[in-house]
Amino acid sequence: MTVQQQPNSFRTGPDERGHFGIFGGRFVAETLMPLILDLEKAYNEAKADPSFKKEMDSYLAHYVGRPSPLYFAERLTKKFGGAKIYFKREDLNHTGAHKVNNVIGQALLARRMGKPRVIAETGAGQHGVATATVAARFGMECVIYMGERDMERQQPNVFRMRLLGAEVRPVKSGSRTLKDAMNEALRDWVTNVRTTFYLIGSVAGPHPYPAMVRDLQSVIGRETREQILGAEGRLPDVLVACVGGGSNAMGLFHPFLDDPDVRLVAVEAAGEGIETGRHAAAMTGGSPGVLHGSRSYLLQDEDGQVIEPHSISAGLDYPGIGPEHAWLKDVGRLEVATATDREALDAFELLARTEGILPALESAHAVAWVAREAPRMSPDTLVVVNLSGRGDKDIYTVARAMGAGL
Amino acid sequence: MRDRITERFAELAREGRAGLVTFLVAGDPDMATFEDLLAALPEAGADVLEVGMPFSDPMADGPAIEAGYQRALRAGTRLRHVLQAVERFRRRDPTTPVVLMGYYNPIYRYGVERFVEDARAAGVDGLIVVDLPPEEDGELRGPAREAGLHFVRLVAPTSITAPGRLPRLVESASGFLYYISFTGVTGAREPDLSEVEEALAAIRRVTELPVAVGFGIREPVQAAAVARLADAVVVGSALVRLVAAHLDEAGRPRDDLRGAVVERVRALAAAVHGAERNAGE
Repeated sequence: MTVQQQPNSFRTGPDERGHFGIFGGRFVAETLMPLILDLEKAYNEAKADPSFKKEMDSYLAHYVGRPSPLYFAERLTKKFGGAKIYFKREDLNHTGAHKVNNVIGQALLARRMGKPRVIAETGAGQHGVATATVAARFGMECVIYMGERDMERQQPNVFRMRLLGAEVRPVKSGSRTLKDAMNEALRDWVTNVRTTFYLIGSVAGPHPYPAMVRDLQSVIGRETREQILGAEGRLPDVLVACVGGGSNAMGLFHPFLDDPDVRLVAVEAAGEGIETGRHAAAMTGGSPGVLHGSRSYLLQDEDGQVIEPHSISAGLDYPGIGPEHAWLKDVGRLEVATATDREALDAFELLARTEGILPALESAHAVAWVAREAPRMSPDTLVVVNLSGRGDKDIYTVARAMGAGL
Repeated sequence: MRDRITERFAELAREGRAGLVTFLVAGDPDMATFEDLLAALPEAGADVLEVGMPFSDPMADGPAIEAGYQRALRAGTRLRHVLQAVERFRRRDPTTPVVLMGYYNPIYRYGVERFVEDARAAGVDGLIVVDLPPEEDGELRGPAREAGLHFVRLVAPTSITAPGRLPRLVESASGFLYYISFTGVTGAREPDLSEVEEALAAIRRVTELPVAVGFGIREPVQAAAVARLADAVVVGSALVRLVAAHLDEAGRPRDDLRGAVVERVRALAAAVHGAERNAGE
């Protein structure tokens, strides 16, 4: 493991070359490089332009429905008999997940850059649905790449995207999941580089994406901060979020990075168990590597070939992790935990019955960690869980796992 | 003595002809077959040999080369086997340049210092690493140059039109430049000759390095047309596709594989070598 220096602030990254310590960077084909430099410039200009922020805030308020509530999970808190549990309700956003926060920002940027066509990769389909939705709203051509295997397990989202006018292209290579969809989206981008904006759905990919997606998702953490101060008069003790690429977690965590008393817990998908090798826990079971434009923790074999990940949750079924997470882990700011498929399914059912909420299977991993840890915490401990998406899309998968037919 | 790449391009310039660069995936469909093909290429007319280092996620390659990488990986090909194959080739052929092409992660995982040392010892002459643009290539380019390996830069159509990009690309390039003839993945379509001609003119305004042109060149007629403009012509996907077309149902090489590849390379070489050159002089 690389020992990295502790900075004065955790919120200043990346450096001007897009590096978080040894992680991040721009490991892309030369064809894309000029475009990535343009994108960085356009994003910096947009960030400095008050009208960009104003327009985005307006869409977030009136189209997405922000702010999303911070909800006190009273029955779950009672059931565990430990920490006081709040949910940040990103599942209540338009399109049903946190993904849309990022999509609105990038679509506005695409429009500023005069790109008439947007493409995206999707795993669970949440980012694809958000992209298809916003593309419809802005009148943009939209192509979504999705692994064939993910299309099978997320059929409702495939149909939603098509209803929204997007073309969903099945990806048949490799493990036929999220990483392969990202390969294919990169191939499309390299081919149509002059007309196309690649709308990456997580804090992954080449710089400036990890920083840009983080900025756009940080609305989650900013709202949470204000809401918990309103509700409890103090900052939370623990923030918990699931991580695949890591965008919902980074959005929640980033505004709290320099509050040393706030624990940040990222829950990776342990699939069938870390020891089985069938998991998607890049920071727990991986090592530094380069894939999809950045250096980060990666599931790979000793020869540097990427290992096909496994998780019941399509949104977490990815062999890497955003580079800023990798850095925060190495400098000791981020705690990394895991939850198995089984634990996520149990958490899914538990939440349905105690709070009347069907969480996305992704978010259920974060709830699973809480189910394990909260009972041991004192009642004055405040825990905020990012409920990053809703679980309607997962009912077929859950039904199969329960042995029930639909 | 000059290095093999510089020597080969100087030779081509003296003879007033363009060179043929062939690309095959190491270990495709298995290492013995690949080595047999590689050994046959110089005799068939290849001037520079590009050898693909298999990678599980070749984002810049089209389906033909991706399938070749997958066949090689299924056959158990590892980076050290690729270096061993070059070493065996080099014992028999001391002059034909060998350039390894691939993605950074397997090299990073192998260890950069160890990799450049082993590659140099095996008789490798240069590296092309698709996902290391100048912004990130320092960590490999530095050690590679110190070990005497050329670090071949890729130039894309988008690099030609981006202000200030070309000078930056050629600044620390060596050996030769590889011009990607269109925006897209390997083998996706045919290059547009007038665009290639304009791009080459722009490149030659900023560097004296030889320029090889690749992506989408399949047939002798096409290769000859590009050879009239460029210092070398790269043929990759078409050869990898030819390998795929000469495998049996179990994926084993058929007896006619070697002959088919040699015959195609001979035809391409004849076209490239015979092309009337009208640029770069």
